[in-house]
Amino acid sequence: MAIIVDRKSLGFWEKLYLPAVLGGLKVTMRHAWRSLFKGGQVTMEYPEQRWTLPDGYRGAPYLVRDQEGSTKCVSCQLCEFVCPPKAIKITPPGPNGLPADRKNAEKMPEEFEINMLRCIYCGLCQEVCPEEAIFLQKDYSLTGLSRGELIYNKEKLLALGGTVGGIQKWKHKLEEAKTQEQFPVNV
Amino acid sequence: MDWNFIIFTLVKIVAVLGLLHTIAGYAVLAERKISAWIQDRVGPNRTAPPFIKYVPVLGTLLTRWGIFQPAADGLKFMLKEDFTPAGVRKIYFWLAPAVSVIPSILVVAVLPFGSYLGHQKMVIADLNVGILYTFGIVSLGVYGIVLAGYAANSKYPMFGGIRSSAQMISYEISMGMSVIPVFLIAGSLNLTQIINWQAQHGWLFFYAPLSLIIFLVASFAETNRTPFDLPEAETELVGGYHTEYSSMKFALFFLAEYSNMTASAGMMVTLFFGGWSLPVFGLDHPATTLVAGIAHILIFLVKVCILMTLFIWVRWMFPRFRYDQLMDLGWRTFIPLALVNILITALFLWIRS
Repeated sequence: MAIIVDRKSLGFWEKLYLPAVLGGLKVTMRHAWRSLFKGGQVTMEYPEQRWTLPDGYRGAPYLVRDQEGSTKCVSCQLCEFVCPPKAIKITPPGPNGLPADRKNAEKMPEEFEINMLRCIYCGLCQEVCPEEAIFLQKDYSLTGLSRGELIYNKEKLLALGGTVGGIQKWKHKLEEAKTQEQFPVNV
Repeated sequence: MDWNFIIFTLVKIVAVLGLLHTIAGYAVLAERKISAWIQDRVGPNRTAPPFIKYVPVLGTLLTRWGIFQPAADGLKFMLKEDFTPAGVRKIYFWLAPAVSVIPSILVVAVLPFGSYLGHQKMVIADLNVGILYTFGIVSLGVYGIVLAGYAANSKYPMFGGIRSSAQMISYEISMGMSVIPVFLIAGSLNLTQIINWQAQHGWLFFYAPLSLIIFLVASFAETNRTPFDLPEAETELVGGYHTEYSSMKFALFFLAEYSNMTASAGMMVTLFFGGWSLPVFGLDHPATTLVAGIAHILIFLVKVCILMTLFIWVRWMFPRFRYDQLMDLGWRTFIPLALVNILITALFLWIRS
């Protein structure tokens, strides 16, 4: 059903536009005054001022080391398979390749490349990784002078990723299992 | 042949052209800065030639004010690719920027921008029919826009061109009629004499405020600025009549718009705000000394700058009129108002005489 809304027609004073004109002048003047003399500008002057990133921000994905400084990645290639834009390329060590640099792993990748131009920061690699070896970290402005420069290799990713201290996979899993022992599960 | 006259006129032409372009360039900067302030932003504050950062305090300050921005913009326009789209009507496409920029520059020829400097009158052409010349030239400006809209062979520029032709033709009438009371009061069409009259009797703004309001609004419409910027309504028409233009051709349209703005501000100062005169410190007589002559030029420029600030301020304040509202305002409000204004002024002068 149509509802008829009564619209008041403009009075003489309103038809002159003058009150609206003066009101507009006042508002713009107030804003100009505020931003000129009261520091009311809302602009953040980017390269000098940076915002604080919230927790869980999804920036560039980097490889991390464990607290003993050894590579966590075991070259399972799950991230390579799950990566939607196919930005990750892993070269596994092969039968006679590089042994892993930590005790409880069979192997580690010979080469691990992420093309940062392809990466869409979706976080699926982090989600899928069984070893918690790749994390989306808080870097958001990656620059380079060529396309080749933005394909990050293993050393660079490990160097940028650093150590995510305290994360031990099996301890973590155990804690997760314990929380699920009671029913109903409250996560 | 009077070589003295030719040389001095050439010097004046070069000076005025240089000044006009500088003002147009810095009007763009002012536009960006003022819009930034009104919208709680900072505005251009980065551009600087590489050596300027070695100048202490002043260098940083100038960079923050964006003083070098117009130069960078100009340079950018020169270096950009001048692209001609495939389907355009070439001759008109090339002609339109020139047709649009030439009238806007020609208008300033009759504006008295000072009284005397030495023995030289500070006006390029002291025409007896100055204002008629101005209106004649200003009305040519619409052809550039219409040609641009037609030549681009694209629907949005076409809309822009059509809108602008209707708009400029309707507002020219009220603009022309709004200044008639001024000439009735001052008794001359010569702009220099109008200023002299104002220097003696006080600014015409006090005698004909309604004329000023109509002239101001009509000149917003003539220069295609908000609230009447329908020819280049960005939200509706992409960029309006200059959508298909790039590089220096686009810059010419831009220059035309800001020169028009400068010229109409200058015209308003001349007609309503006493031109170069100022009723204090004896500055309301034609200058006899060099210092007074320079002071008069500066006074004129300051007045122009104030009016241009108003132009810019208004742009960032009002929403755009709808097309029918625009026409309604032009034909059914301002033209009758201007006619009544003429009538009242004439009656008043008749009774007084």
